[in-house]
Amino acid sequence: MSDITHTDVLIIGAGPIGLFAVFELGLFDMRCHLIDILDRPGGQCAELYPEKPIYDIPGYPVVGAQELVDKLLQQIAPFKPGFTFNRMVTALERLEGGGFRVTTDENEVFEAKVVVIAAGGGSFQPKRPPIPGIEAYEGSSVSYSVRCMEEFRGHDVVVVGGGDSALDWSLNLQPIARRVTLVHRRPEFRAAPDNVNKMHALQEAGALDLVIGQVSALSGEGGKLSSITVKGPESEVVVPCTRLLPFFGLTMKLGPVAEWGLHLHENQIPVDTEKFETSEPGIFAIGDINWYPGKLKLILSGFHEAALMAQAAKHVISPKERIVFQYTTSSTSLHKKLGVPD
Amino acid sequence: MTKLTYIAHDGTRFEVEAENGSTVMENAIRNAVPGIEAECGGACACATCHVYVDDAWTALVGEPEAMEEDMLDFAYEVQPNSRLSCQIKVRDELDGLVVTVPERQG
Ligand SMILES: Cc1cc2nc3c(=O)[nH]c(=O)nc-3n(C[C@H](O)[C@H](O)[C@H](O)COP(=O)(O)OP(=O)(O)OC[C@H]3O[C@@H](n4cnc5c(N)ncnc54)[C@H](O)[C@@H]3O)c2cc1C
Ligand code: FES
Repeated sequence: MSDITHTDVLIIGAGPIGLFAVFELGLFDMRCHLIDILDRPGGQCAELYPEKPIYDIPGYPVVGAQELVDKLLQQIAPFKPGFTFNRMVTALERLEGGGFRVTTDENEVFEAKVVVIAAGGGSFQPKRPPIPGIEAYEGSSVSYSVRCMEEFRGHDVVVVGGGDSALDWSLNLQPIARRVTLVHRRPEFRAAPDNVNKMHALQEAGALDLVIGQVSALSGEGGKLSSITVKGPESEVVVPCTRLLPFFGLTMKLGPVAEWGLHLHENQIPVDTEKFETSEPGIFAIGDINWYPGKLKLILSGFHEAALMAQAAKHVISPKERIVFQYTTSSTSLHKKLGVPD
Repeated sequence: MTKLTYIAHDGTRFEVEAENGSTVMENAIRNAVPGIEAECGGACACATCHVYVDDAWTALVGEPEAMEEDMLDFAYEVQPNSRLSCQIKVRDELDGLVVTVPERQG
């Protein structure tokens, strides 16, 4: 039995809205823990458009998406949130004695008095490449990540893609696979030049194959892949393949959120606009994941939702305590929480 | 106004009047051309606005820049005339441009 992590508020999703929620909840003395399937905070801002400018954050005529994430992290630092990355929240259950239990895909268990779903457009998951019939081989011969390298030992491994993951795994699996073939659409790679050079060195030494083209067909039987066809600029080649690792980036899928017994409105979670609470008392939903009449998927709207949700969450955790409205500018008690010097 | 023609995967033609400075993707969405998804809203971050530029127009439309070329790695059945339509800005010289929507987006 694994250890249970206890917290006041468990936040599912560390996008900009989940991050800002830590601030609003922190002002009311609620401790937060965030879980995200990504390997770092920032959600869409960090994963999809870190370099892009945002023009509609109040007070910032322009701010880079990653810059905004960095500033949010700085803003919430006084509240010392806990983070668990690279984990998908798979289960959310109500505990009999009150509160909730949250479980990840690695079976870590968290217990919290309140749960805030800030899951955005859903969890980031590897994109399935549009190769006809690929579903039939998933889980057996086709995988989108490497959990255990031993599963590739002695296999004809084909890695598809031109980014860091594709190059990393080509290099890491090369010593243990029977043969590694890297397939990429064009001779230029997005991956770190250092690894591209290493790959070319192996290729020149005859220890790895590089094929330029796009995978057009798979063949095999009973869920077991035997070869793939690569359509190149001039010709087609058939490459022996018993393990296929396609790296086509990440896309957002609603994922496990749909399985937690909450009402859904076209892949979004309906909430009221006073508390941003879901159909389950004590479970709130803010940011892109929620829906209410007039909903706009904007960062600024999510920030507002976080502020109102925090009041309601406080009421769930300390029903008897009277909530006093205070400004961060002038409240000495808020200054103490924020670490502002007297 | 500049005239653009989209040929959907089933062969249906959509002829639209586009404003200069807007993108070929934006006009597809405004006119509900099927098969252009544009999940990222034109940020060159999703590759779901992929089109094939008609051969007669490829030289005028030009080549993708490095970031778009990287993103095209995620598209389906990329060809030499593939472009991400959110990265093509409408301008006078493109009056009459024809693009074809692929069978599926990445
Ligand atoms: C290209 C682009 C440009 C944009 N420009 C603007 C703009 O100019 N202005 C603006 O206001 N908005 C803009 N947006 C929208 C803005 O990014 C979103 O509104 C914002 O990211 C929503 O934040 P969020 O925290 O609700 O969700 P997200 O940023 O989507 O983060 C949700 C996080 O939850 C995680 N998650 C979900 N389910 C699980 C689970 N079961 N287990 C673990 N983790 C999970 C996801 O992995 C993700 O990291 C833009 C979006 C894009 C794609
Ligand atoms: S709309 Fe996403 S890349 Fe063009």
